[in-house]
Amino acid sequence: MPIKRGVSLYSFQNETFQGKMTLEDCIRTCAEMGANGIEVIGEQSFWGWPEQEVDPAEIENWHHLIAKYECVPVSHDFMLDYKRYKGREMPFEEQVASVRKDIDFGARLGVKYLRALVSIAPEVLVAAAPYALEKGLKILIEVHAPLHFDHPWIIRHAEAFEKSGSDALGFLPDMGMFLHAFPPIWKEKFLRLGVPQNIADYVVKAYEDRVLSEYVILNVQQMGGVGPAIAMAETLRHNAAFEPKRMLDYMPRIHNIHGKFYEITADASGTYAEPSIPYDEIISVLKQGGYDGYICSEYEGNRWIEDAMEPDSVEQVRRQQVMLATLLGEPAPQMRAAA
Amino acid sequence: MMDNKMIVEGSLESTDKGFAFYGRLPYYRGLGLSMIEDIQITVDGELIPRADVRFHVRGKTYTLDEMETVYDDRWNFGEKAKIIAMKPGGLPAGEHKVEFAVRMRVSYLPFVPTTKDTKVLALAA
Repeated sequence: MPIKRGVSLYSFQNETFQGKMTLEDCIRTCAEMGANGIEVIGEQSFWGWPEQEVDPAEIENWHHLIAKYECVPVSHDFMLDYKRYKGREMPFEEQVASVRKDIDFGARLGVKYLRALVSIAPEVLVAAAPYALEKGLKILIEVHAPLHFDHPWIIRHAEAFEKSGSDALGFLPDMGMFLHAFPPIWKEKFLRLGVPQNIADYVVKAYEDRVLSEYVILNVQQMGGVGPAIAMAETLRHNAAFEPKRMLDYMPRIHNIHGKFYEITADASGTYAEPSIPYDEIISVLKQGGYDGYICSEYEGNRWIEDAMEPDSVEQVRRQQVMLATLLGEPAPQMRAAA
Repeated sequence: MMDNKMIVEGSLESTDKGFAFYGRLPYYRGLGLSMIEDIQITVDGELIPRADVRFHVRGKTYTLDEMETVYDDRWNFGEKAKIIAMKPGGLPAGEHKVEFAVRMRVSYLPFVPTTKDTKVLALAA
């Protein structure tokens, strides 16, 4: 089975936040790009969830739209606010009950996967797994920078999943952990915030040279950097160029992929690429590992440019989908023009 | 994120009890009200005391202290909530510089973010 293309509606947050795109606009837009897998953050797309029940008419509308545009519900991303109570963490049993509620919600949406945030304890997911299995869903923990597949916290999850013996537990890697170059739009934002050009250039070069974040921060301090310059250096604490091949050991439990990107640029020949994330290498690793799930676009450049310009999320996602279709070797006709 | 979209343009209104504007949560999702740690309103350089701030959404009005234990209501994604400042006499007609800051308790973040927006809003006579 070939790798399939999808979109997380997270990508269109700038437009949906302002009411410029409805749920139907989002789903139609994805379908027009040949990206028929739809991932949602339940509480972003459905008002009320999880503190309140969602109007059954909203769920009905979702299924109507999915059918109308011949799409596939892929994932419901849940949050589990274990800091809901001020000054104390939500008790274990209540966390498990909360995950079960989201399993029910995912089942109502008809998705196969639930995205769990990486900070959730493995014991909570293991305890919720039998219910997920019963409902035919899998809970996937999102492996997201600064965490990665060799981090002890992720290894602890992997060990807990294996020990549980449950097929209802797995991973959802976010491609942002393979940040091979400092994103140009990050640099531009920091320059707008007043970071001196020489410091910005240094941080980009230090990232390219894979210098340890702590050394870069110290050097920036010694170059006279303050405020936003330190913040720019500190992004290296939360991002790194981990290796896509590290996914190979975990392929049997990887069932969805977040196609994180910050910007898709076009070169002189009109070829699209993500300047900071090596999608060619990523696709090659996924093919090698026999991956046959979705890659769901996750556009996150919006927050880096919104101070200077209105993001065009649809165009950015369209470019990434063209790039993915090309890398996946899909024939061009499967890509229709954007709305 | 969404920093510059927090204050809804053209939404400033005033009565003899105070003033209000529409505000949105600077986040890619909504949040249960118990996780809104603080809302700060400053108008023309004057900070409104916390006890004088009210949050109004879908027919319900809360003080910030009340919100801390509200587990069955939310500030939804992109939802325009009425942010009210109790200020006897309200505001005079004309332009006012409004600063709106929200502090959120987000389970997965290793810090407690405060996001703010500042806009000059006109109040009709």
